[in-house]
Amino acid sequence: MLIKKGAEASLFLEDWQGRKVVMKRRLPKKYRLPDIDEEIRTYRTLHESQLLHYAKEAGVPTPTIFMVDLADSNIVMEFVEGKQVKQILNDLSSEERQRLCKHIGEFIGCLHYNDIIHGDLTTSNMILTPSGKMIFIDFGLGEKTVELELRGVDLHLMKRAFQSTHFRYAEECFNAVLEGYAKVVGGKMAKKVLGKISEIERRGRYISERRKIED
Amino acid sequence: MQRYDSTQTFCLGIEATADDFSVGILNFKGKVIANVIDAFTPETGGIHPREAARHHAKVAGKVISMAFQEAGIKPRDVTIVAFSQGPGLGPCLRTGATVARALASYLSVPLVGVNHCVAHIEIGKLSTGAWDPVTLYVSGGNTIVSAFDAGRYRVFGETLDIAVGNCLDVFAREAGIRQCEGMSFGAKVEKLAGEGKKLADLPYSVKGMDLSFSGLLTAAVRLLKSGKYRLEDLCYSLQEVAFSMLTEVTERALAHTEKREVLLTGGVAANKRLQAMLKAIAEEHDSRFCVVPKQYALDNGAMIAWTGILAYKHGIVTPVEMSFVRLKWRLEDVNTPWVKE
Repeated sequence: MLIKKGAEASLFLEDWQGRKVVMKRRLPKKYRLPDIDEEIRTYRTLHESQLLHYAKEAGVPTPTIFMVDLADSNIVMEFVEGKQVKQILNDLSSEERQRLCKHIGEFIGCLHYNDIIHGDLTTSNMILTPSGKMIFIDFGLGEKTVELELRGVDLHLMKRAFQSTHFRYAEECFNAVLEGYAKVVGGKMAKKVLGKISEIERRGRYISERRKIED
Repeated sequence: MQRYDSTQTFCLGIEATADDFSVGILNFKGKVIANVIDAFTPETGGIHPREAARHHAKVAGKVISMAFQEAGIKPRDVTIVAFSQGPGLGPCLRTGATVARALASYLSVPLVGVNHCVAHIEIGKLSTGAWDPVTLYVSGGNTIVSAFDAGRYRVFGETLDIAVGNCLDVFAREAGIRQCEGMSFGAKVEKLAGEGKKLADLPYSVKGMDLSFSGLLTAAVRLLKSGKYRLEDLCYSLQEVAFSMLTEVTERALAHTEKREVLLTGGVAANKRLQAMLKAIAEEHDSRFCVVPKQYALDNGAMIAWTGILAYKHGIVTPVEMSFVRLKWRLEDVNTPWVKE
């Protein structure tokens, strides 16, 4: 049964060896040339399954993987019951929202501390289970790298996600994320990444503060 | 309220954000009765802002007269003057704004400052009948995926460095392709790409919802200079990779917003291959695919005039002392009371 049709992959809820699982299928995209398409699908399937594993090692809960099929670009993984952070964030009290965001920041910190870049940090890619556990999903655009630049891009994406989907609370949410982030990676590192974020923003197009800040 | 005949009420729009100086005239019903474009084409290299501005100042009078001639109305028939206030190149914007201010005060009519990016979306909606689309706006200066959400046009994804049109233009110039009358760099690259077959290995760079084209350009130019590839194959590869990136991000925004329409607008919208790719994702998500007609794809005065009308009808006017140009005016910062979700 199709549960989510994303842009990049489709998620199917299936019964597999007596278990309720999610099958993440990267179906061929007709608009792309087969050569480009196959390379992207295989690359992302492989990397996603590796990164899901690395994330667990870093202490960030992710769905358990049961099978990876590179030929068809499929990943079979645990079905996580719960709600997307996106669905609940706007309805929380300010205090709860900040606590949750700080927790998100800590997890992002754990990933970055271990050289893992999520690549698509949005509130739809974090699931809160009924028992209150947070699970990070969708590492399809992730990377393993020591580059500071990509840490900045990663957090900048998170900021952008807050601004587009939770614009009323964007600032308080992102500040809480940064607080949790700094707690894990350390103040010095957090400051470096923060500097990178403002550099990326200045590089971005039509930012009024771009010229004011000296290089 | 004073009654007026919307077919006899006119807005003159002036567009001068980059290399084109254009004047469009529409009646308040949204009928385009004039749209004259005069493009600045440098002999070599890219657009030098000051040279382009000089061109605009030189042709402004002529273009305005031609627009009135085409429209068959007199200057006194104009009810409002709209102009592109930003974003764009400073000297060009300032020239356009000066012309607009002069014309508005001469005719004693209200002035309306318009955001160039919003205008591209609005003319797309007007000419295709799209109501609430996910818009891919691609040109030499901009690459933006946007959709209306919570009172504003929000940017869902954009380029982190250069625009896709700029990427294609610079590659074409590096390859020694010459621009000529009626055939832009983009059109020439498209034509060459049609004869390409072999796919070169170029970096595909999508970062979440955002895109990067500078690495792609560098890699393509490097392969070009290596002499190992035919130009046709490189044009083909460059288009395939760049457009796949654009389509992927647009599809993401479409899946996220669950809108029922996809609108392609801006200068690069004229590319048939890009149109085909976007059409494919629109169909896959049961959405309607709309593409702006060619005459409104490039920068044009009609889009400015139309957006000016929409703004004016909702009480937005720009007093002369507030009509300074806004070089980095972001899409999200524009107040658009006329758009309903």
